[in-house]
Amino acid sequence: MKDVKVLGPGCKRCIAAAEMVQAEADRLGVPVTIEKVTDYAAIAGYGIASTPGVVIDGKVVHAGGLPKPEDLAKWLGA
Amino acid sequence: MTLGSVTERAPGAGPSTAKWVAGTMAALLLWGLVYSQLVPFSEWVVSLAHIDPTSQLGEALSFFIYDTPKVLMLLTLVVFGMGVVRSFFSPEKTRALLAGKREGGGNVLAAGLGILTPFCSCSAVPMFIGFVSAGVPLGVTFSFLISAPMVNEVALGLLFGLVGWKVALTYLGFGLFVAIAAGWVIGRLHLENWLEEWVRNIRASAAELPPENVTVIDRIKAGIEAVREIVGKVWPWIIAGIAIGALIHGYVPSDLLASVMGQGAWWSVPAAVLIGIPMYSNAAGIIPVVQALLAKGAALGTVLAFMMSVIALSLPEMIILRKVLSPRLIAVFVGVVGTGILAVGFLFNALFN
Repeated sequence: MKDVKVLGPGCKRCIAAAEMVQAEADRLGVPVTIEKVTDYAAIAGYGIASTPGVVIDGKVVHAGGLPKPEDLAKWLGA
Repeated sequence: MTLGSVTERAPGAGPSTAKWVAGTMAALLLWGLVYSQLVPFSEWVVSLAHIDPTSQLGEALSFFIYDTPKVLMLLTLVVFGMGVVRSFFSPEKTRALLAGKREGGGNVLAAGLGILTPFCSCSAVPMFIGFVSAGVPLGVTFSFLISAPMVNEVALGLLFGLVGWKVALTYLGFGLFVAIAAGWVIGRLHLENWLEEWVRNIRASAAELPPENVTVIDRIKAGIEAVREIVGKVWPWIIAGIAIGALIHGYVPSDLLASVMGQGAWWSVPAAVLIGIPMYSNAAGIIPVVQALLAKGAALGTVLAFMMSVIALSLPEMIILRKVLSPRLIAVFVGVVGTGILAVGFLFNALFN
Protein backbone atom coordinates (compact mmCIF):
# COMPACT_ATOMS: atom_id res chain seq x y z
CA MET A 1 0.00 0.00 0.00
CA LYS A 2 1.50 3.31 -1.11
CA ASP A 3 0.83 6.29 1.08
CA VAL A 4 0.35 9.32 -1.17
CA LYS A 5 -0.16 12.88 0.01
CA VAL A 6 -1.16 15.66 -2.37
CA LEU A 7 -0.16 19.04 -0.97
CA GLY A 8 -2.19 22.07 -1.97
CA PRO A 9 -4.66 24.59 -0.56
CA GLY A 10 -7.50 23.24 -2.72
CA CYS A 11 -6.83 24.93 -6.02
CA LYS A 12 -8.05 23.40 -9.27
CA ARG A 13 -4.66 21.93 -10.07
CA CYS A 14 -4.30 20.28 -6.67
CA ILE A 15 -7.57 18.43 -7.22
CA ALA A 16 -6.46 17.49 -10.74
CA ALA A 17 -3.13 16.22 -9.39
CA ALA A 18 -4.89 13.98 -6.85
CA GLU A 19 -7.11 12.61 -9.62
CA MET A 20 -4.04 11.92 -11.78
CA VAL A 21 -2.40 9.96 -8.98
CA GLN A 22 -5.54 7.88 -8.48
CA ALA A 23 -5.91 7.22 -12.21
CA GLU A 24 -2.27 6.19 -12.60
CA ALA A 25 -2.43 3.93 -9.53
CA ASP A 26 -5.58 2.27 -10.87
CA ARG A 27 -3.94 1.73 -14.25
CA LEU A 28 -0.89 0.13 -12.65
CA GLY A 29 -2.94 -1.82 -10.15
CA VAL A 30 -0.99 -0.31 -7.24
CA PRO A 31 -3.10 0.07 -4.10
CA VAL A 32 -2.83 3.62 -2.73
CA THR A 33 -4.26 5.80 -0.03
CA ILE A 34 -4.48 9.42 -1.15
CA GLU A 35 -4.67 12.17 1.39
CA LYS A 36 -5.12 15.83 0.45
CA VAL A 37 -3.11 18.10 2.73
CA THR A 38 -4.68 21.56 2.61
CA ASP A 39 -3.36 23.17 5.79
CA TYR A 40 -0.74 25.82 4.95
CA ALA A 41 1.44 25.03 7.95
CA ALA A 42 1.42 21.31 7.12
CA ILE A 43 2.23 22.02 3.46
CA ALA A 44 5.10 24.28 4.45
CA GLY A 45 6.41 21.57 6.75
CA TYR A 46 7.29 19.48 3.70
CA GLY A 47 9.71 22.16 2.52
CA ILE A 48 8.16 22.94 -0.86
CA ALA A 49 7.54 26.42 -2.25
CA SER A 50 4.93 25.71 -4.91
CA THR A 51 1.79 23.63 -5.10
CA PRO A 52 0.51 21.08 -5.90
CA GLY A 53 3.12 18.90 -4.26
CA VAL A 54 3.20 15.11 -4.27
CA VAL A 55 4.58 13.07 -1.38
CA ILE A 56 4.91 9.28 -1.72
CA ASP A 57 5.70 7.22 1.38
CA GLY A 58 6.94 10.32 3.15
CA LYS A 59 9.24 11.48 0.35
CA VAL A 60 8.54 14.66 -1.62
CA VAL A 61 8.75 13.75 -5.30
CA HIS A 62 7.13 16.71 -7.01
CA ALA A 63 6.28 20.37 -6.47
CA GLY A 64 4.54 22.93 -8.69
CA GLY A 65 2.25 22.21 -11.62
CA LEU A 66 0.82 18.91 -12.69
CA PRO A 67 3.13 15.89 -12.58
CA LYS A 68 3.76 13.94 -15.77
CA PRO A 69 1.93 10.59 -15.93
CA GLU A 70 5.14 8.72 -16.79
CA ASP A 71 6.85 10.20 -13.73
CA LEU A 72 3.91 9.19 -11.57
CA ALA A 73 4.19 5.64 -12.89
CA LYS A 74 7.88 5.63 -11.99
CA TRP A 75 7.26 6.95 -8.46
CA LEU A 76 4.34 4.62 -7.79
CA GLY A 77 6.15 1.60 -9.22
CA ALA A 78 9.36 2.05 -7.25
CA MET B 1 16.18 32.34 -30.49
CA THR B 2 14.71 30.63 -27.46
CA LEU B 3 13.82 27.56 -29.43
CA GLY B 4 17.30 27.30 -30.93
CA SER B 5 19.01 27.24 -27.56
CA VAL B 6 16.51 24.70 -26.28
CA THR B 7 17.23 22.38 -29.18
CA GLU B 8 20.96 22.43 -28.53
CA ARG B 9 20.58 21.50 -24.92
CA ALA B 10 18.19 18.63 -25.46
CA PRO B 11 19.74 15.24 -24.85
CA GLY B 12 18.74 12.61 -27.40
CA ALA B 13 16.38 14.75 -29.48
CA GLY B 14 14.39 12.28 -31.57
CA PRO B 15 12.26 12.62 -34.68
CA SER B 16 9.22 13.50 -32.57
CA THR B 17 11.14 16.46 -31.09
CA ALA B 18 11.93 17.61 -34.63
CA LYS B 19 8.23 17.41 -35.45
CA TRP B 20 7.30 19.58 -32.47
CA VAL B 21 9.97 22.17 -33.25
CA ALA B 22 8.97 22.26 -36.93
CA GLY B 23 5.33 22.61 -35.92
CA THR B 24 6.20 25.51 -33.61
CA MET B 25 8.18 27.23 -36.37
CA ALA B 26 5.27 26.82 -38.79
CA ALA B 27 2.86 28.24 -36.22
CA LEU B 28 5.15 31.26 -35.66
CA LEU B 29 5.36 31.84 -39.42
CA LEU B 30 1.58 31.68 -39.76
CA TRP B 31 1.31 34.10 -36.85
CA GLY B 32 3.56 36.59 -38.69
CA LEU B 33 1.55 36.28 -41.90
CA VAL B 34 -1.80 36.90 -40.21
CA TYR B 35 -0.37 39.75 -38.12
CA SER B 36 0.91 41.57 -41.20
CA GLN B 37 -2.58 41.53 -42.72
CA LEU B 38 -4.41 43.08 -39.76
CA VAL B 39 -4.44 46.70 -40.98
CA PRO B 40 -5.94 45.95 -44.42
CA PHE B 41 -8.38 43.59 -42.73
CA SER B 42 -9.65 46.19 -40.25
CA GLU B 43 -9.91 48.86 -42.96
CA TRP B 44 -11.91 46.47 -45.07
CA VAL B 45 -14.33 45.69 -42.21
CA VAL B 46 -14.87 49.38 -41.41
CA SER B 47 -15.47 50.13 -45.11
CA LEU B 48 -18.18 47.47 -45.15
CA ALA B 49 -20.07 49.29 -42.41
CA HIS B 50 -20.40 52.48 -44.55
CA ILE B 51 -19.37 54.76 -41.71
CA ASP B 52 -17.25 57.85 -42.24
CA PRO B 53 -13.84 56.73 -40.89
CA THR B 54 -13.12 60.25 -39.58
CA SER B 55 -16.35 60.45 -37.55
CA GLN B 56 -16.38 59.69 -33.83
CA LEU B 57 -18.13 56.37 -34.36
CA GLY B 58 -15.77 55.50 -37.21
CA GLU B 59 -12.70 56.21 -35.07
CA ALA B 60 -14.02 54.19 -32.17
CA LEU B 61 -14.95 51.31 -34.45
CA SER B 62 -11.68 51.10 -36.35
CA PHE B 63 -9.74 51.29 -33.07
CA PHE B 64 -11.74 48.37 -31.73
CA ILE B 65 -11.59 46.23 -34.86
CA TYR B 66 -7.88 46.75 -35.41
CA ASP B 67 -6.71 46.55 -31.83
CA THR B 68 -8.62 43.51 -30.62
CA PRO B 69 -6.97 40.91 -32.88
CA LYS B 70 -3.65 42.75 -32.73
CA VAL B 71 -3.51 42.73 -28.96
CA LEU B 72 -4.73 39.15 -28.63
CA MET B 73 -2.13 37.96 -31.12
CA LEU B 74 0.75 39.83 -29.47
CA LEU B 75 -0.34 38.59 -26.09
CA THR B 76 -0.46 35.00 -27.31
CA LEU B 77 3.08 35.29 -28.67
CA VAL B 78 4.52 36.84 -25.51
CA VAL B 79 2.72 34.42 -23.19
CA PHE B 80 3.93 31.46 -25.25
CA GLY B 81 7.52 32.71 -25.15
CA MET B 82 7.38 33.31 -21.40
CA GLY B 83 5.80 29.90 -20.85
CA VAL B 84 8.79 28.29 -22.57
CA VAL B 85 11.31 30.46 -20.68
CA ARG B 86 9.62 29.75 -17.35
CA SER B 87 9.94 26.01 -17.85
CA PHE B 88 13.62 26.57 -17.00
CA PHE B 89 12.69 28.07 -13.61
CA SER B 90 10.75 26.90 -10.58
CA PRO B 91 9.98 28.45 -7.20
CA GLU B 92 12.17 25.79 -5.58
CA LYS B 93 15.19 26.70 -7.72
CA THR B 94 14.57 30.40 -7.14
CA ARG B 95 14.38 29.80 -3.41
CA ALA B 96 17.68 27.92 -3.47
CA LEU B 97 19.25 30.90 -5.26
CA LEU B 98 17.84 33.40 -2.75
CA ALA B 99 18.29 31.52 0.52
CA GLY B 100 20.77 33.23 2.80
CA LYS B 101 21.34 36.09 0.34
CA ARG B 102 22.15 39.42 1.88
CA GLU B 103 19.79 42.33 1.49
CA GLY B 104 20.64 44.68 -1.33
CA GLY B 105 21.98 42.22 -3.86
CA GLY B 106 19.35 39.74 -2.73
CA ASN B 107 16.58 42.27 -3.42
CA VAL B 108 17.86 42.89 -6.94
CA LEU B 109 18.13 39.16 -7.67
CA ALA B 110 14.67 38.48 -6.17
CA ALA B 111 12.99 41.19 -8.23
CA GLY B 112 14.61 39.85 -11.41
CA LEU B 113 13.69 36.24 -10.64
CA GLY B 114 10.15 37.43 -9.92
CA ILE B 115 9.72 38.02 -13.64
CA LEU B 116 11.06 34.62 -14.70
CA THR B 117 9.70 32.27 -12.06
CA PRO B 118 6.26 30.72 -12.61
CA PHE B 119 3.90 32.35 -10.15
CA CYS B 120 0.21 32.22 -9.50
CA SER B 121 -1.59 34.06 -6.75
CA CYS B 122 -3.14 30.77 -5.58
CA SER B 123 0.30 29.56 -4.50
CA ALA B 124 1.44 32.91 -3.09
CA VAL B 125 0.98 31.74 0.50
CA PRO B 126 2.85 28.39 0.26
CA MET B 127 5.57 30.24 -1.65
CA PHE B 128 5.84 32.98 0.95
CA ILE B 129 6.11 30.47 3.79
CA GLY B 130 8.44 28.25 1.77
CA PHE B 131 10.77 31.18 1.15
CA VAL B 132 10.79 32.61 4.67
CA SER B 133 11.07 29.26 6.45
CA ALA B 134 14.02 28.20 4.28
CA GLY B 135 16.04 31.27 5.17
CA VAL B 136 15.21 33.79 2.45
CA PRO B 137 15.25 37.19 4.24
CA LEU B 138 11.83 38.82 4.64
CA GLY B 139 12.72 41.91 2.58
CA VAL B 140 14.11 39.74 -0.23
CA THR B 141 10.93 37.64 -0.18
CA PHE B 142 8.89 40.83 -0.51
CA SER B 143 10.94 42.02 -3.48
CA PHE B 144 10.01 38.74 -5.16
CA LEU B 145 6.35 38.97 -4.16
CA ILE B 146 6.03 42.54 -5.45
CA SER B 147 7.84 41.96 -8.73
CA ALA B 148 6.21 38.62 -9.64
CA PRO B 149 2.63 39.85 -10.12
CA MET B 150 3.48 43.41 -11.19
CA VAL B 151 6.11 42.87 -13.86
CA ASN B 152 4.43 40.05 -15.73
CA GLU B 153 4.30 38.97 -19.34
CA VAL B 154 0.72 40.12 -19.79
CA ALA B 155 1.54 43.67 -18.71
CA LEU B 156 4.75 43.85 -20.74
CA GLY B 157 3.24 42.18 -23.81
CA LEU B 158 0.22 44.47 -23.87
CA LEU B 159 2.21 47.64 -23.23
CA PHE B 160 4.59 46.63 -26.00
CA GLY B 161 1.71 45.96 -28.38
CA LEU B 162 -0.45 48.97 -27.60
CA VAL B 163 1.86 51.75 -26.45
CA GLY B 164 5.29 50.79 -27.75
CA TRP B 165 8.49 49.24 -26.53
CA LYS B 166 9.77 52.40 -24.83
CA VAL B 167 6.89 52.52 -22.40
CA ALA B 168 7.08 48.74 -21.92
CA LEU B 169 10.78 48.97 -21.01
CA THR B 170 10.06 51.94 -18.74
CA TYR B 171 7.39 49.95 -16.95
CA LEU B 172 9.81 47.04 -16.59
CA GLY B 173 12.52 49.30 -15.16
CA PHE B 174 10.29 51.13 -12.72
CA GLY B 175 8.48 47.96 -11.70
CA LEU B 176 11.83 46.40 -10.80
CA PHE B 177 12.85 49.59 -9.01
CA VAL B 178 9.70 49.63 -6.86
CA ALA B 179 10.10 45.91 -6.04
CA ILE B 180 13.77 46.30 -5.10
CA ALA B 181 13.33 49.51 -3.11
CA ALA B 182 10.15 48.45 -1.28
CA GLY B 183 11.64 45.04 -0.39
CA TRP B 184 14.82 46.67 0.83
CA VAL B 185 12.90 49.15 3.03
CA ILE B 186 10.76 46.35 4.50
CA GLY B 187 13.94 44.39 5.23
CA ARG B 188 15.53 47.41 6.95
CA LEU B 189 12.48 47.77 9.19
CA HIS B 190 13.06 44.25 10.63
CA LEU B 191 9.44 43.28 10.79
CA GLU B 192 9.94 39.52 11.19
CA ASN B 193 7.97 39.64 14.43
CA TRP B 194 4.94 40.96 12.57
CA LEU B 195 4.46 37.69 10.73
CA GLU B 196 1.64 35.55 12.04
CA GLU B 197 2.96 33.43 14.87
CA TRP B 198 2.48 30.01 13.25
CA VAL B 199 4.51 31.20 10.26
CA ARG B 200 7.41 32.17 12.50
CA ASN B 201 7.36 28.73 14.10
CA ILE B 202 7.79 26.81 10.88
CA ARG B 203 11.35 25.74 10.38
CA ALA B 204 11.31 23.45 7.40
CA SER B 205 14.38 22.49 5.49
CA ALA B 206 13.96 22.72 1.74
CA ALA B 207 12.74 19.49 0.20
CA GLU B 208 15.15 17.67 -2.09
CA LEU B 209 13.25 16.93 -5.25
CA PRO B 210 14.31 14.22 -7.66
CA PRO B 211 15.62 15.78 -10.89
CA GLU B 212 12.84 16.05 -13.44
CA ASN B 213 13.58 15.19 -17.02
CA VAL B 214 12.16 18.14 -18.97
CA THR B 215 12.31 17.66 -22.73
CA VAL B 216 12.02 20.18 -25.56
CA ILE B 217 8.51 18.89 -26.19
CA ASP B 218 7.64 19.53 -22.54
CA ARG B 219 8.86 23.12 -22.87
CA ILE B 220 6.81 23.74 -26.01
CA LYS B 221 3.83 22.17 -24.27
CA ALA B 222 4.43 24.46 -21.29
CA GLY B 223 4.20 27.43 -23.67
CA ILE B 224 0.97 26.15 -25.18
CA GLU B 225 -0.45 25.43 -21.74
CA ALA B 226 0.41 28.99 -20.62
CA VAL B 227 -1.44 30.40 -23.65
CA ARG B 228 -4.45 28.19 -22.99
CA GLU B 229 -4.56 29.14 -19.35
CA ILE B 230 -3.67 32.85 -19.43
CA VAL B 231 -5.08 34.00 -22.76
CA GLY B 232 -8.08 31.73 -22.21
CA LYS B 233 -8.77 33.54 -18.95
CA VAL B 234 -8.04 37.16 -19.82
CA TRP B 235 -9.50 37.57 -23.31
CA PRO B 236 -12.92 38.84 -22.11
CA TRP B 237 -11.10 41.43 -19.99
CA ILE B 238 -9.06 42.55 -22.96
CA ILE B 239 -12.10 42.95 -25.17
CA ALA B 240 -13.91 44.88 -22.44
CA GLY B 241 -10.82 47.04 -21.94
CA ILE B 242 -10.48 47.75 -25.64
CA ALA B 243 -14.18 48.60 -25.87
CA ILE B 244 -13.80 51.15 -23.06
CA GLY B 245 -10.62 52.39 -24.70
CA ALA B 246 -12.49 52.76 -28.00
CA LEU B 247 -15.18 54.85 -26.31
CA ILE B 248 -12.53 57.08 -24.76
CA HIS B 249 -10.88 57.38 -28.16
CA GLY B 250 -14.03 58.37 -29.94
CA TYR B 251 -15.95 60.38 -27.38
CA VAL B 252 -13.96 61.76 -24.44
CA PRO B 253 -12.69 65.25 -25.28
CA SER B 254 -8.91 65.61 -24.99
CA ASP B 255 -9.08 68.90 -23.08
CA LEU B 256 -11.03 67.34 -20.23
CA LEU B 257 -8.63 64.44 -19.74
CA ALA B 258 -5.54 66.57 -20.11
CA SER B 259 -6.78 68.87 -17.36
CA VAL B 260 -7.59 65.98 -15.00
CA MET B 261 -4.73 63.59 -15.74
CA GLY B 262 -2.26 65.87 -17.50
CA GLN B 263 1.11 67.03 -16.24
CA GLY B 264 -0.28 70.26 -14.82
CA ALA B 265 -2.34 68.46 -12.19
CA TRP B 266 0.13 67.32 -9.50
CA TRP B 267 -2.59 65.78 -7.34
CA SER B 268 -3.57 63.37 -10.08
CA VAL B 269 -0.67 61.01 -9.22
CA PRO B 270 -1.71 60.34 -5.59
CA ALA B 271 -5.34 60.25 -6.73
CA ALA B 272 -4.46 57.64 -9.35
CA VAL B 273 -2.65 55.48 -6.77
CA LEU B 274 -5.51 55.73 -4.26
CA ILE B 275 -8.15 54.91 -6.86
CA GLY B 276 -6.04 52.01 -8.07
CA ILE B 277 -5.69 50.20 -4.72
CA PRO B 278 -9.25 48.89 -4.31
CA MET B 279 -9.56 48.30 -8.05
CA TYR B 280 -8.69 44.84 -9.13
CA SER B 281 -8.08 44.02 -12.71
CA ASN B 282 -5.34 42.05 -14.27
CA ALA B 283 -3.03 43.89 -16.63
CA ALA B 284 -5.16 42.65 -19.50
CA GLY B 285 -8.18 44.79 -18.77
CA ILE B 286 -6.34 47.92 -17.69
CA ILE B 287 -3.80 48.41 -20.46
CA PRO B 288 -6.14 49.10 -23.39
CA VAL B 289 -7.65 51.83 -21.19
CA VAL B 290 -4.14 53.07 -20.38
CA GLN B 291 -3.36 53.37 -24.06
CA ALA B 292 -6.51 55.39 -24.74
CA LEU B 293 -5.80 57.69 -21.78
CA LEU B 294 -2.27 58.33 -23.04
CA ALA B 295 -3.52 59.10 -26.54
CA LYS B 296 -5.86 61.70 -25.06
CA GLY B 297 -3.09 63.60 -23.30
CA ALA B 298 -2.92 62.01 -19.86
CA ALA B 299 0.61 62.18 -18.38
CA LEU B 300 2.65 58.97 -18.64
CA GLY B 301 3.76 58.98 -14.99
CA THR B 302 0.19 59.35 -13.77
CA VAL B 303 -1.05 56.55 -16.00
CA LEU B 304 1.81 54.17 -15.08
CA ALA B 305 1.26 54.89 -11.38
CA PHE B 306 -2.41 54.08 -11.79
CA MET B 307 -1.61 50.86 -13.60
CA MET B 308 0.99 49.70 -11.06
CA SER B 309 -1.35 50.49 -8.21
CA VAL B 310 -4.18 48.47 -9.77
CA ILE B 311 -1.94 45.48 -10.45
CA ALA B 312 0.46 45.44 -7.49
CA LEU B 313 -1.83 46.51 -4.66
CA SER B 314 -5.00 44.53 -5.01
CA LEU B 315 -7.51 43.67 -2.33
CA PRO B 316 -7.74 39.95 -3.21
CA GLU B 317 -3.99 39.56 -2.86
CA MET B 318 -4.03 41.25 0.54
CA ILE B 319 -6.78 38.92 1.69
CA ILE B 320 -4.62 35.97 0.63
CA LEU B 321 -1.54 37.42 2.36
CA ARG B 322 -3.55 38.18 5.49
CA LYS B 323 -3.21 34.47 6.29
CA VAL B 324 0.51 34.92 6.89
CA LEU B 325 0.96 38.63 7.60
CA SER B 326 -0.38 40.61 10.51
CA PRO B 327 -2.61 43.60 9.61
CA ARG B 328 0.23 45.92 10.67
CA LEU B 329 2.62 44.27 8.24
CA ILE B 330 0.05 44.50 5.44
CA ALA B 331 -0.37 48.20 6.20
CA VAL B 332 3.41 48.69 5.98
CA PHE B 333 3.48 46.70 2.73
CA VAL B 334 0.76 48.88 1.17
CA GLY B 335 2.36 52.05 2.51
CA VAL B 336 5.87 51.27 1.25
CA VAL B 337 4.80 49.99 -2.17
CA GLY B 338 2.31 52.85 -2.57
CA THR B 339 5.01 55.40 -1.75
CA GLY B 340 7.32 53.77 -4.29
CA ILE B 341 4.68 53.94 -6.99
CA LEU B 342 3.94 57.55 -6.09
CA ALA B 343 7.62 58.44 -6.40
CA VAL B 344 7.80 56.74 -9.80
CA GLY B 345 4.75 58.66 -11.00
CA PHE B 346 6.10 62.05 -9.91
CA LEU B 347 9.60 61.35 -11.17
CA PHE B 348 8.29 60.28 -14.50
CA ASN B 349 6.04 63.28 -15.00
CA ALA B 350 8.98 65.53 -14.07
CA LEU B 351 11.48 63.78 -16.36
CA PHE B 352 9.27 63.66 -19.45
CA ASN B 353 7.83 67.10 -19.24
